[in-house]
Amino acid sequence: MTRLDLTQFPIIQKILYSRWPQFLVRAITLAGFIFTILAGILGSIVGSHNFAIIFVWIAWWTALKLFFIPFGGRSWCSICPIPMPGEWLQNGGILQPSGKGIGLRKKWPKVLRGNWLQAGGFLMVGLFGALTLTSARITAIILLAIIVLALLLSLIYERRSFCNYLCPIGGFTGLYAQAGPVEVRVKNAKVCAEHAEKTCYNACPWGQYPLALKSSANCGLCMECLRVCPTDNIAVNMRPWGSDFGPKTKHRLDEAFLGLVMLASVLVDSAVFLGPWGQLKTAAYEIGSIPWFIFAGIFLFGALVVLPGFYAASVWVANRMGNIQNSFRKSLSHFSQVLVPLGLIAWIAFTVSFAFVKFTYILPVISDPFGWGWNLIGNSNTAWVGETTTFSLFFQVILLSLGLFWASRVARQISDSTKQALPLIAFCAVFNLSLLWLLIG
Amino acid sequence: MKKELLARLIIILFISLAIAIPVIGRLKLSVNHNNVVELHARMPENGGWSLSTIEVKAGKPLKLHITSDDVMHGFSIGKSDQPALEITPGEFVDTTLIFDTPGRYTFYCDRWCGPNHWRMRGTIVVTGDNQTSQPEPQPLFLKLGIDIDSPSDAETIPSKPVSAENGAKFQHLLPEYALQRDTYNATSPAKLWMRLRKESTLANLPDSDLWDIIAWIWQQNTTNDQVINGQEIFAKNCAACHGETGEGDGVMVRGLPVWDPGNHNSGNVMHEATGEGLVRPPDFTDPIHLLGVSPALLEGKIIRGGMGTGMPYWGPIFTNQQIDSLISYLYTFAWNTRAKNSN
Repeated sequence: MTRLDLTQFPIIQKILYSRWPQFLVRAITLAGFIFTILAGILGSIVGSHNFAIIFVWIAWWTALKLFFIPFGGRSWCSICPIPMPGEWLQNGGILQPSGKGIGLRKKWPKVLRGNWLQAGGFLMVGLFGALTLTSARITAIILLAIIVLALLLSLIYERRSFCNYLCPIGGFTGLYAQAGPVEVRVKNAKVCAEHAEKTCYNACPWGQYPLALKSSANCGLCMECLRVCPTDNIAVNMRPWGSDFGPKTKHRLDEAFLGLVMLASVLVDSAVFLGPWGQLKTAAYEIGSIPWFIFAGIFLFGALVVLPGFYAASVWVANRMGNIQNSFRKSLSHFSQVLVPLGLIAWIAFTVSFAFVKFTYILPVISDPFGWGWNLIGNSNTAWVGETTTFSLFFQVILLSLGLFWASRVARQISDSTKQALPLIAFCAVFNLSLLWLLIG
Repeated sequence: MKKELLARLIIILFISLAIAIPVIGRLKLSVNHNNVVELHARMPENGGWSLSTIEVKAGKPLKLHITSDDVMHGFSIGKSDQPALEITPGEFVDTTLIFDTPGRYTFYCDRWCGPNHWRMRGTIVVTGDNQTSQPEPQPLFLKLGIDIDSPSDAETIPSKPVSAENGAKFQHLLPEYALQRDTYNATSPAKLWMRLRKESTLANLPDSDLWDIIAWIWQQNTTNDQVINGQEIFAKNCAACHGETGEGDGVMVRGLPVWDPGNHNSGNVMHEATGEGLVRPPDFTDPIHLLGVSPALLEGKIIRGGMGTGMPYWGPIFTNQQIDSLISYLYTFAWNTRAKNSN
């Protein structure tokens, strides 16, 4: 399939090879992260006037889904500030490893590997999201807890264990990066096979060996392999979207679970944040109350039983219709590829809903990040509550149609026949219709 | 090594900036606001006004820097012509107040921010010895010794709609006391009707004509402007509970139990509802309620509030003129004659 190696362009190669550009961007995101925590703690408790709420849950969360992942896969991970302090201690250097780092460098427990914990983390985001997304203090506390946890884990475990196995956003970006148009791959497999030192693997904070990379899910695009490869054998390719999907690619059950949790989460977020049900919003917000426990119970039942049940049923039927009978467990993993384009486009469609309505809050909080009455750039009082326009509704219909088409195409691509793909396509269609109803119904 | 040092310096610089901006900003804010009182409005469920009492000297400017921490609120000073301020969540409004006369002034939220909205009140204590405030005259209900909590339903009500115009025809038959302002203030329409019923000069009139006379007397004691002003005050302050049409079905009380003193028995003694939770107000369009109360009693209810019913006390908020206007408007629910807007 067509690939465009970006390292063939001297300017891009220079930017990628040098640690400085990435370092400077990460230094800014780290400072921004600390600023956000302080804004959450010291600033106004009115969410629409607090930098922490607007920048984390409106600007960044939107940018991640509309820009970083669709156009850069895990590109956010390459500039994420959360693992930085721990990584510097591990490496003994801020700009590059000095070999004098500290930490126990233990291996992450086998039993906790995979996307299970990340999926669990994302379920927690759904359960507590109504409060987290509206309270600047809670947002700040969570950000602080995450960076401290990442730091502590990096002192105990090797490499980016937090990012690989715990970070819910890492799980989210990793899952959907498979559909993204960027990949790091080796240029010539033979060169790597003959290279005994494996400098790329040793340098990779994600514990990946580029020669073995078949999926972009676990590559954080940090470019360390590129920098340490003695033979310039690493390519950074632009590729067609969805290149990681195929009939022979390997997938795991935890990926399927993560994909289903993401689907359940987008349905619940759409219902809670965009739906007209005031009682549901109140129940989701009043954590610890009886209505909240009912909400949590229904959400978990939907995410862990109903949606997986429908998916398992469609996979079971698809499996029966195939020429080769795979084990049910293997089929659950294999067909989970359809959940990736389906979920990615669903999240984009969901994001379009609130992006149109809430984006007007961004300039005012830059002008007055703490809600203290500042007017730094003259925009502090210019926020207005946007409206969902006919265009955005039309755009959502287009997006969800595209998502269904893409997921159906993947379903056909990874199935023996169209007949085998039909149950999976039906699953995708029912999901998309449900989301369409929630978004514009 | 030099590169690493430079990288570390950059990180320190960026993080210092991230920390310095809020810290310096906060310090600067506190210096700039040395003589400014920062006041945060919150729904009573979230704590109410951040300051319950503000002290200032008479004649000195009181600079207020006000914001809301949750929903839209208003800021008003009771018994004052000071225009109300809109307090938008997360945005600051600055205002300067000067009180010439020492005394206690009530500041309050005038936006219906929640079920306990009326609890959003605070006090501005104005001190000074150059001038002392005149004590307010005693309200009429206290002068007359009216027990505003005793049952007050009308002993009798008209059997058909009243006509003040028809009542005017019989004004020459009325005894002098019926036209006196004191009688109007101290007597309920039903009681005055019963008193007039005993007058020999009116003995031949049917009951309905006598009710028309009562309606005419009430009309004589008010003006159209008063009714219009009363309507505005009612819509802004009362309708959320009493309902726009006075039927006691406002948005804040829907679902609450209907007020019933019989529910609050203690032994053999019947009490008014006291501290037993909010109740729905009575239906003013049922004449049995308003035709049984005098203007003085209504004034008392408005000034002191309805004990235990959730009805706030408006004494520190409304002027006497506003209360008179409100009373004039309230009776229109019972007579079913609304103000004709002069516009």
